[in-house]
Amino acid sequence: MFHPITTVHYLMLSAALLLIGTVGVLTRRNIVIILMSIELILNAVNINLVAFSKYYQNVVGQIFAIFVITVAVAEAAVGLGILIALFRNKETVQADEVDLLRW
Amino acid sequence: MLDTFFFYTFALMVLGGGILTITRRSAVHSAIWLIVSLMGVAGLYLLQHAEFLFAVQIVLYIGGIMVLFLFVIMLVNLDEAMKQRQFNKQWWLALACIAGVGAEVFFFIHKGVDAFQFPRPAPVAAEGNTEMIADVLFSQYLVPFEVASILLLAAIVGSVLMAKKRVS
Repeated sequence: MFHPITTVHYLMLSAALLLIGTVGVLTRRNIVIILMSIELILNAVNINLVAFSKYYQNVVGQIFAIFVITVAVAEAAVGLGILIALFRNKETVQADEVDLLRW
Repeated sequence: MLDTFFFYTFALMVLGGGILTITRRSAVHSAIWLIVSLMGVAGLYLLQHAEFLFAVQIVLYIGGIMVLFLFVIMLVNLDEAMKQRQFNKQWWLALACIAGVGAEVFFFIHKGVDAFQFPRPAPVAAEGNTEMIADVLFSQYLVPFEVASILLLAAIVGSVLMAKKRVS
């Protein structure tokens, strides 16, 4: 009834998760949820890397996934730090109300 | 057969959690659904015999980043933001993205698995997952590993500097 699960299934799942993250980044106004959407995007990349790592029986894909997780941690920490500084100064967490540099 | 069942279960967790993450009004609800989504991803790692990444995903993402998110949600007062408009006016751009990926998924369902061809892998001797990762990480990828630690140090200092109160 079902096809056996192949690498392509993982790639399609990864594409869908990347899409959900992209839509979240593009359409939400709350900065906290935009940062969560970025986490979703990075997880989609990791699914892709691990799927190919499994397919080629090569562990380097998983190494890169670890590096992606490292960068995601750094990004989340700095992003949330910026968010706290922003909230202290402007009393808002809506991305489109932060338009100091807008032309 | 069991593989198929687990794949679709985890895929449902990942995609359902993701969709609920970006549509909930309350940021705390979003964070809870993001945890569900990340646990689905962790299950997919386990399904592909990436046990080390599974542990890292649980400990680092669900135990680390999500707690950080929840702390910040408590520090920052989001009650005001919950009453305001939640989506901005870029829906046309998001719609274009959906059309692109939708076309890809439709092509996959229409043509089946055989439409995507990758070069065949060379068989490699099997070893424990964590041992293999350690072997490659601490020999071939030692320099990027050290660079990553410097990145983490910079991120620690940067986030403390950003979040601390200015004393004037």
